[in-house]
This record gives sequence, structure tokens and C-alpha cells, in this order.
Amino acid sequence: MRKQNFSALSLLWRGLSGHRSWQQQWRKPEPKQRYDAIIVGGGGHGLGAAYYLAQEHGLRNIAVLEKGWIGGGNTGRNTTVIRSNYLFNESAALYDHSLKLWEDLSGVLNYNMMFSQRGVMMLAHTLHDIQVIKRHVHANRCNGVDNEWLEPEQAKAFCPPLNIAGDIRYPVLGAALQRRGGTARHDAVAWGYARAADALGVDIIENCEVTGIRRAANGAVEGVETSRGYIQAPKIGVSAAGHSSVVMRMAGVHLPLESFPLQALVSEPIKPVFPCVVMSNTIHAYISQSDKGELVIGAGTDAYTSYTQRGGLHINTHTLEAICELFPQFRRLRMLRNWGGIVDVTPDRSPIVAKTPVPGLYVNCGWGTGGFKATPGSAHLFAWTIARDEPHPINAPFTIERFRDGNLIDEAAAAAVAH
Amino acid sequence: MLLIPCPYCGERPELEFTHGGEAHLIRPNPPARADDETWTAFLYMRENLKGVYAERWRHARGCGQFFNALRDTTTDHFVAVYKRGEPRPP
Repeated sequence: MRKQNFSALSLLWRGLSGHRSWQQQWRKPEPKQRYDAIIVGGGGHGLGAAYYLAQEHGLRNIAVLEKGWIGGGNTGRNTTVIRSNYLFNESAALYDHSLKLWEDLSGVLNYNMMFSQRGVMMLAHTLHDIQVIKRHVHANRCNGVDNEWLEPEQAKAFCPPLNIAGDIRYPVLGAALQRRGGTARHDAVAWGYARAADALGVDIIENCEVTGIRRAANGAVEGVETSRGYIQAPKIGVSAAGHSSVVMRMAGVHLPLESFPLQALVSEPIKPVFPCVVMSNTIHAYISQSDKGELVIGAGTDAYTSYTQRGGLHINTHTLEAICELFPQFRRLRMLRNWGGIVDVTPDRSPIVAKTPVPGLYVNCGWGTGGFKATPGSAHLFAWTIARDEPHPINAPFTIERFRDGNLIDEAAAAAVAH
Repeated sequence: MLLIPCPYCGERPELEFTHGGEAHLIRPNPPARADDETWTAFLYMRENLKGVYAERWRHARGCGQFFNALRDTTTDHFVAVYKRGEPRPP
């Protein structure tokens, strides 16, 4: 199948012919008996890893196995915030690697990611917030990551709906602004990588749940049992987000992960009123406006581990209370829908992108509440790790062994809450 | 919101409780003798089961007691609750 090219001209041309001549964007192949590499999990991270394996490392006989439909997990459930202003050197390098890939991604994949660098503003409400956020700003600038401190009036100028009155429960005392941060279209990330990977010969196999991992006498992986039969592969990369513990246990690998429901919600669509992304870690408000006009609102995680993809309503209420105080004009908006995803959280809130004790088995997990922003970078580094059987210098610190060795990358303490 | 059957007070809304993580973790003893792998397992490794899972809860805004519960993480239904120190029900 020849890959159709997307452009303004092709849109015009096909529009004139009633949009009936668009082709399928990727194949629906039957699984082969054997692949050179298998990626478990058809989200943005997994599809991207397959794309980079094919594009940059020359592997062509690759399959992505997805138990549901591609992009139907956390890729399609997050609030699409992209930023890289993390505190520690290792994290800044990792997330900024990703942000740089985002900046070219639409052109590279010939797929409109609707990537919009509208700026991400993090609010400070207490003296402690001011100190922590200023420390972030300085650390980021030392690492070449843009971030700047704004006084309340400057924050209000950047985001006019913001209430900077001094008499609210948690007044806005300032903010950090990363201008290169912003949002992208979540589905486009999965679809763009899927289409580009498929064009390079990658088999994307949906409705194919991995039920077991077979290992040879020497311990190395041999292949996977799936709901569509046994498939051989000498290299298996697991990129299964909230289900990473479940899949990795099939190979006898235990991970320092817990899976929690994380919820999000959108309002009814309204005219453009909200020019950027605003986050408040202290009072749990995360908000932006989609191009469709819906306010996209991120809530927190539930207190307990679960695989149900739903959480308690009180978590959403808590976030909405904060939003209504910061943006009083939204008080009469109705919420259109809410949903949950299952996020895999590590003890230090940093991901694991690494080899495992099992030869031929690789894992990309632990992105917790902040994996979407990392999609291109994570996929790129995971492909490198699988292809070369060694980590890229950027993901080298993000091992499983760092917990044993005491080399935590403790963004949990740095950000104090979910990020 | 979960309705949690506290073994001391009966069913109460989740807001009255704090979640205490996986149950039946045993701190290495004596601590100085435990090797790095043992400490890693105790501090960081979790079963994170999809299915019936033993976890700790504390009725923090009620009777204040810790207790254990078996909850199915695919449905969030409580299968059983039992008091601290009691063996896990079958």
C-alpha cells in the first residue's frame, strides 16, 4: 500500500472530490509466526518505539501488539499537557529531549499533531511554592530549559481569566512560565506514529492481548502467548502503562510500580477564552482549552490502586472547586464528560526505560501521571535501548536498579504532587 | 466514592479513610543484617495485583483504627475486611 501524503493541496483536491478518495492509513495484518522485535502496548509510546526501531535502527520485521485499540488507553485519556521544566538534571534532559522532538514531529511524520506551544504556567500560592518554583526556574535555566518567573500581574496579563485577587483562599502569588510548553492532539500522536510505522512495514495488531511470555532454558525471551496465538520474537519491549506490572510478571520480573486511577474531564465547548495551560500543584487544578472549545481539566489520582479506569467523583469535585476559585467566570459551565485512566507510578515518580534482568526483555513504564509529554522522547530512547541492547545516555539513569542502589530521581519530592 | 466496611464501625464513605498501601509487608529484621535486595523488596517492590489484593486502610476520620481489606482491583468491590493482626481470609 503506497502511503498517501497529507498536505493542504491534497486536502483541497480530495475535498473537491467529496472526500471519497482517502485511503486507509494503516493495514490490519494477521500476526506472523515470528518477528525480530515485538512491542507490547499500542499507545503513543509503543507505536513510537516501533516507528523509531524501523526508521532509525533498520529493523523492519516488527509487531506492535495491542489488547484493545491503538491509542485507547492513556494516550487517549490524558489532558495533553507538554512541558519539560523538571527539577533534576536527568529529568530535564529526558523531558527536553522529548519536547525538541515534539517541535518537529508534525513535519517528520507528515501528520498534523496540532502541537501548540501556547505556554504552560504553574501557579504559586504560598511562600513555600514561591521558593520551590523559583528553584525550578533557576535549575531549568542552568539546564538550558526555558522557564521564567512571573509576578501576579504578569501572570494575569499572560492569562486574562486568572483571578489574582488577594482575598481568595489560595491567592496567586506568582507563577513560572515555560513558553515552549503547550498542548498537542492526543489521538494524532497514536495515529501519526501508527501510519508512519506501518509504512515502514511494522505490523500493528489490535485486539491481541499478551497472556504469557515464554523464556528459553538460558532465561532469554523466546516469544509471547497471545489471545491470537503464540508469536516468536528474540526481543520484547513492554510499554503497557498501567498494566506493566501484570505483563512483566509473566516473565517473572517484579517492578516498583503501583497502578492508580487518574481522572480527567471536559466542559461543554465554549468560544476561545483560555490562551495557555495553567497548573496549580498546590490546589490541584490543571486546565487548558482544546481547539474544539472544551475546557480540558485534569484531576488527581485516587488514593487506592485499581485497574477499573474509573475513580471517585470527589476527586473531580476537589479540582473543580479550585478551578472555580481561580477562574470565577467558569462557575456556571457544565461538564460534558469525565473518565479515568490507569497510571503506573514509581516510588520516585520518575519513569523506568531500561533493560531488565531477563535477556531480550525491555521495559518502558512508570510514567505515572505525566507520560503524554514524553511520548516522542520515550519512544525514541526505548527504540535505541531495544535495538542496541544498551540504554542511550539520556535514559541510562532511569533503570530498575536505581531503587536498590539508592540513585533515585526524586521528582516526587521536587513537585510535591502529581505532575 | 467507595463505601468501605470498617470492621469496627461498619460501612462508611471513603473520605473518612486513608489508604495504607499493600498489606502484610514485613520489615527486615534485624535491619542491619538485611541485604540491599531485601530492603529494595520491602521499600519499593509491590505486587500491584490485578484481582483480589490485600491492602491496609485506616479509618482516620472515624475510629482511627488500622485494618486490612481484600479488594478486587478489577471492580473495586471489597471481598473481606479483617482486623490488624488477624490472618488473611482465604
